[in-house]
Amino acid sequence: MPVNQALATYSDWTYAAAVVVYVVAAVLYLCEQAFSRAKAPRREAVAAGVGAGVGAGAGGDVRVAGTGADGTWTPGRVVAAPRPSRAERLGRMGLALNVLGALLHLASLVLRGLSTGRAPWGNMYEYGSLLTLAAVVTWLILVRSLPVRRLGGFVLVPVVVLMFMGGTVLYADAGPVTPPLQSYWLAIHVSIIAVGSGVLLVPGVASVLYLLKSSGRARFTRLPDADALDRVAYRSTVFAFPLFTIGIICGAIWAEAAWGRFWGWDPKETVAFVSWVVYAAYLHARATAGWRGRPAAWINTLGFALTVFNLFFINLVTTGLHSYAGVS
Amino acid sequence: MRAALAFLRNTWRGLTAMRTALTLLFLLALGALPGALLPQRSLNQQKVVEYIEEHGWWGRLLNRLQFFDVYASTWFAAIYVLLFVSLVGCLLPRTWEYAKQMRAKPVLTPRNLARMPHHGTAETGESVEDVMARTRERLRGWRLVEREEADGARSVSAERGFLRETGNLVFHFALLGLLIAFALGKMFGYEGQVIVQAGGGQFCNSGVFNYDSFRPGLRVDGTRLTPFCVKVDRFHATYLDNGQAESFQADIQYQSGADLESGTWRPYPLRVNSPLRTAGDRLYLLGHGYTPLFTVTFPNGETRTGATQWQPVNQVTLASEGATKFDPPGVTDAERRRREQLAITGLLAPTAAFHGELLDSGFPEARDPAVAVDVYRGDLGTDSGRGQSIFSIDQEQVRDGKLVKVARQNLRQGEQLTLDDGTVIRFDGVRDWVSLQVSHDPAQVWVLVFAVLVILGLLVSLSVKRRRVWVRAKPSGDGRTVIEVGGLARTDQAGYGAEFTALSRDLLAHEEKS
Ligand code: HEM
Repeated sequence: MPVNQALATYSDWTYAAAVVVYVVAAVLYLCEQAFSRAKAPRREAVAAGVGAGVGAGAGGDVRVAGTGADGTWTPGRVVAAPRPSRAERLGRMGLALNVLGALLHLASLVLRGLSTGRAPWGNMYEYGSLLTLAAVVTWLILVRSLPVRRLGGFVLVPVVVLMFMGGTVLYADAGPVTPPLQSYWLAIHVSIIAVGSGVLLVPGVASVLYLLKSSGRARFTRLPDADALDRVAYRSTVFAFPLFTIGIICGAIWAEAAWGRFWGWDPKETVAFVSWVVYAAYLHARATAGWRGRPAAWINTLGFALTVFNLFFINLVTTGLHSYAGVS
Repeated sequence: MRAALAFLRNTWRGLTAMRTALTLLFLLALGALPGALLPQRSLNQQKVVEYIEEHGWWGRLLNRLQFFDVYASTWFAAIYVLLFVSLVGCLLPRTWEYAKQMRAKPVLTPRNLARMPHHGTAETGESVEDVMARTRERLRGWRLVEREEADGARSVSAERGFLRETGNLVFHFALLGLLIAFALGKMFGYEGQVIVQAGGGQFCNSGVFNYDSFRPGLRVDGTRLTPFCVKVDRFHATYLDNGQAESFQADIQYQSGADLESGTWRPYPLRVNSPLRTAGDRLYLLGHGYTPLFTVTFPNGETRTGATQWQPVNQVTLASEGATKFDPPGVTDAERRRREQLAITGLLAPTAAFHGELLDSGFPEARDPAVAVDVYRGDLGTDSGRGQSIFSIDQEQVRDGKLVKVARQNLRQGEQLTLDDGTVIRFDGVRDWVSLQVSHDPAQVWVLVFAVLVILGLLVSLSVKRRRVWVRAKPSGDGRTVIEVGGLARTDQAGYGAEFTALSRDLLAHEEKS
């Protein structure tokens, strides 16, 4: 199938545009983080009546649902929000740009798929693009329900770094893939693994921040509550872990058809197995007395470090059956 | 005796503690990692040898500690066996507990619901009975018991999310099953590789000796392979202009089972990603390369043709190296034969690209094949007792002066060279060969079944939350009823808040609607 060059070019442009928009969004987020008062108002606390707040954190009106101090039920009382501070306005602009960037990012992937007539994740550049998109989308979903918007910059910085490297050193021209990749399993296995790994970027960042915050140093008091960071990490890991598991198993099914065995300890398989075990350890640690909190955050950080190691080291330095990076 | 028992009990307790399981999980991760960083015998024997040579005592030490066979090493086996003992020790009591809980009633409603992590209260004009009826209605699908309390109060204690534990147990048992199926496959399976020439070359799975390399499972001695035969008619590859392969296909025919008796051949297009599955085995197309065809006309007028596969040394351009060997025809005297054996070695380019006199390959397809050959004459060393590679000549024979280079020349298709004794060597072109793999793993279906169970168990156990809710309705004395709601998530708190909010709104805020 011939490559449609015009679409491939548009794909490259939208990719570059997405990176630029992400950079601006990251700067705005970081400004919000820098200008917000040291003790950010604990929005969660307002709605503590019956548990977690409804619609808290997104700024603006805070709907309070729960029992008041007198013990009576006050359904859906709407409290007029105070005028948003300058920092908040910056953060909201950052979020809006973040969404715009994600749309451009998505467009670049779709255009690449259309131009090559195959699933657009057949080499390292494309894989990285899908991975980072998954990270960004996970982030956009989480900020809707958790009061952590200010941290957007910390998520977007690694995303931008990965995308920049993808668009430069790892870039590969749009084209067809080699015979081993010509299988519908490319669409299934690689997309699931890429999305799973991308989602895992978010808990990786949240866990690092958690470790900083809970280190007790004054410099980090502006970071959101350790509890909120922990929840960001846990929720996204719990979503990503089964995906990652499914991705690995789909990989094994594919390997059975392509390489003659479902599991052969190829370097990439091995490191995927190792990070899977590490994330399983994270989930266990969260359920084990004495391992919650900082130890669990360390384990999650380690898991993400392994994921990055798998992406770069195993693709570029070692040789194995997974050497489809398209980087020459 | 008692001390021994105590020791055993303590060991068992220690082994099945969650902390131990965590430590073992880490050891498993740590132990698996060197396999990705160091060359492994199971993947590339050659690289292991090189590594050990390059790294001196360090390489030998790693070798002694089985670091080049990580996944077959004693210490790796020790880690996973301990982990699975620990898992079994953890699963048995949990299964027992689970069975008991399935039958038990939800716990009593605590006296003071305000102490629960989630809590709400309201007053209503309904009667206690009405509140209870409404509560039962709203909590449909929960396991619940209703209890009579003092002072005319009634309470409901409800629980939901037992599936979480079900999923969790399924997940862990499936992991066990997966490991067992994996191990069985390793014991009763085998894997063999063989190179077959296109244009009618045949291979039969009738014995280990038919393979170029064969890796049997621990319980396989190679005497009971399932018989089937394949014949490779044609190999076909297409490439993009930049040399990237676009498609590979070997047109083969095969016979197995009753076809073997009747002699029926069935065609199959063998491609990467589409193995042939027959007789419980799988046949894969692993790779391909070229066989240079040489015709040698000896001084006595006899001719011989050589068709030995050469080995690609560049995977992109398929430039290949190898050695095609000849015995002089009609020579019975071993002494004389050892003086007149011939070997053609050198480089084969499927599409010739000359840099001056230097031959290289410009493209992987056989568009304009050429060879740059060194011809050796003398004793190939085939009787020396040393094993011979089919891809090279024995360099020791060359060093000893027993094998002498007698010509060096580039030949395009159809060109020929003449040796000093009048022998003529003609390069006739190339033929394709394919490398095939036969794999046998009787347990892999079970691995798949358990893998699917692992996924299902995991999805259920991570998405279902175990939670409890209690509702108490108490007459307030002035004809009204006080409703109290309390909630507790048995597992991670994340996410119960919203559901509880909705629940308590429905249960408490009834009055606003009526
Ligand atoms: C290959 C080894 C193992 C893997 C990959 C594994 C994986 C998992 C996963 C993914 C979960 C879900 C965690 C959650 O619900 O948040 C889990 C839960 C659990 N596992 Fe394992 N496990 C392994 C071995 C073990 C062993 C050896 C034990 C016991 C000694 C164990 C005990 C538990 C327990 C108690 C839970 C429930 C935790 C909870 O309350 O959520 N696991 N396991």
